[in-house]
Amino acid sequence: MTVTRYQAIIPALMLSLSLIGCASTKMNTQAEVPPMHSINEFRDQPFAEVADPWEGFNRNMYRFNFYLDKYIFLPVVNSYEFVTPTFFQERISGFYNNIGEIRNLTNSLFQLKGMESLTTLGRFVTNSTLGLGGLFDPATSFGLERHAEDFGKTLGYWGAGFGPYLVLPVFGPSSVRDAGGLAVDTGITYGIYSAIDPFGNSNNSFAIGAGITTLEAVDTRHQHSFRYYESGYPFEYYMVRFFYHEKREIESAKPLPAD
Amino acid sequence: MTHLKLLFIACLVLLPVTGIAADDGYGYPIAGSYEATILGTPEKLLPEFPKKMRTRQLVLDVIPDRQKPPIFFYDNGLHCTLAYQKQKAPLVFLIAGSGSSDRAPKLMTMMKALYQAGFHVITLPSPSHANFIVSASQSSIPGDLSEDAADLYRVMETAWKEVEGDIEVSSFHLCGYSLGASQAAFVAKLDEERRVFNFRKVLMINPPVSLYSSVTRIEEMLKQIPGGPKKQGIFFNKMMSKFSLFYRYGNFVAFNDDFLYAIFTEKLFSHEETGGLIGLTYRINLAGMIFTSDVITNSGYVVPKNRVLSPTDSLFDYFMVSTHLSFFDYFNEYFYPYFEKRRPGLTKQALIESESLRSIEGYLKASEKFGVMTNENDFILTKAELDYLRQLFGERAKIYPRGAGQDLPSRRPSGQPRV
Repeated sequence: MTVTRYQAIIPALMLSLSLIGCASTKMNTQAEVPPMHSINEFRDQPFAEVADPWEGFNRNMYRFNFYLDKYIFLPVVNSYEFVTPTFFQERISGFYNNIGEIRNLTNSLFQLKGMESLTTLGRFVTNSTLGLGGLFDPATSFGLERHAEDFGKTLGYWGAGFGPYLVLPVFGPSSVRDAGGLAVDTGITYGIYSAIDPFGNSNNSFAIGAGITTLEAVDTRHQHSFRYYESGYPFEYYMVRFFYHEKREIESAKPLPAD
Repeated sequence: MTHLKLLFIACLVLLPVTGIAADDGYGYPIAGSYEATILGTPEKLLPEFPKKMRTRQLVLDVIPDRQKPPIFFYDNGLHCTLAYQKQKAPLVFLIAGSGSSDRAPKLMTMMKALYQAGFHVITLPSPSHANFIVSASQSSIPGDLSEDAADLYRVMETAWKEVEGDIEVSSFHLCGYSLGASQAAFVAKLDEERRVFNFRKVLMINPPVSLYSSVTRIEEMLKQIPGGPKKQGIFFNKMMSKFSLFYRYGNFVAFNDDFLYAIFTEKLFSHEETGGLIGLTYRINLAGMIFTSDVITNSGYVVPKNRVLSPTDSLFDYFMVSTHLSFFDYFNEYFYPYFEKRRPGLTKQALIESESLRSIEGYLKASEKFGVMTNENDFILTKAELDYLRQLFGERAKIYPRGAGQDLPSRRPSGQPRV
């Protein structure tokens, strides 16, 4: 008697267990129908293609950055813009851009670009002195143009490939090479800062350091007008990926001799 | 990221391609320079625009309870931009051209010009833009002038309800460029029945007469790609190599305006190649529209029917498939069947004819409120269509011989601070 009762229970249990699986997928359970047009129809090279083996991760990170911007970063930047007079915003940007010239200079040197290094050095000296510690930018009006360089470009210059596309948290579109470059530049900047140690003797050196870094982050975001998903275009991810890749490749390639 | 956005915008917002300055070549497009369309008016020729403009971004809940698929999680409502005066002023609803959002550079320039002239302005994205398809379109199948007009009207009512407590409006007006211009005409006609706004004046800038005919002319440009539009990938990759080689040979400092400008002065791309590139840009835009519409309506056109895409799914294949579809594919396989179901007995020819200013010409001829601005060599119009506009609008039409294409200078994206 007992055996038959159990025999009845087991299939019932199995059925209910399998149904739980169905219930948990809130999605429709309707069968998929192949679309009218699919990729097999076409014999063409894909365009705007960039090596992106971690696309799922990158798409998630892209979305994460969107939310980070929406709930934290942009509200802070908007408050900053609201509270700070435009004149001061420009001075602050000038200050950090000038400090950024150190990175531009070191990387110009790594790339053995003589003219560019001299120009960048000239910019740094002019703006630090005449420009009052970088707050103003007389160098540009003297004809010394800004040459943005970073270690990612240096690596590219010396032949390192772009590597798989990588979307970094906070920093956004990047690549394996450029992310490595970012780490090196950050290390160099930190090293120089520690060596100089301008606030080392004061009591609040940590707080001041943190304040400066935070303001730099706010200013950097303030200077970048890119907004995730702003275009509303469904394939925005691919456009951003492509343009980032194209721009980096073009700017880090070795110039060819003109005819 | 500055220059990234520059190129990004340059590519996405090349549409509408109306008003491309051309030589005295005849109807076949691509007679002259595309510099004007792509680069816009040089900085020094731009009129003085207000430095400070009171603006507000509106996010409208036009269709309450609309279910949005997971991949459009970022779409929180229909985006519109309001520029408002402190005092009582007339309000202009400004409708974007095909594929453009409420913040397209061209639209912003027009908004500034109107603001400068003392109007309140509300810019609206084009019904062909993904944001509109997701958040404001009843059918989510864009392209029918009457239905898109009804959707636009609902958006305007929603926008007005949102701002009426904050600004004082003396009268309402309509303006649109390219596709937006033709849509404005249909919105005005709808307003004659609904009477919510009683638009005083309607300004149509570079309107197409027949949507089908104008899109056909744009599709023609793609035929200049070696191997035709089906080989657009090969063409694009070749053009990109040319592009990067040019940068390297030219020893440019950075990816900036000087570089883009040099591309055109050095005539890096031939006429045919430039035409192909512009055509490809239009297809990229069209792809966004087709894909978005397919996902919302679950029609199984490029995405398998009943597949629910997640935000982490790769969409690259759909991107490739959608760009390889022409407007004719969209019309014959997707648009027409939908409308035929709703209006049994509707023929393709009848549908094509209804998507034209001709279908409301009685109204357009009689009404005093319309003004039209376009140019002789607006390449989306045939000579016959240009003459038709002359004849239909008479003195109310201002047709410029040639020029930088549009009457209102379009600002280069780089002209805006830090964009």
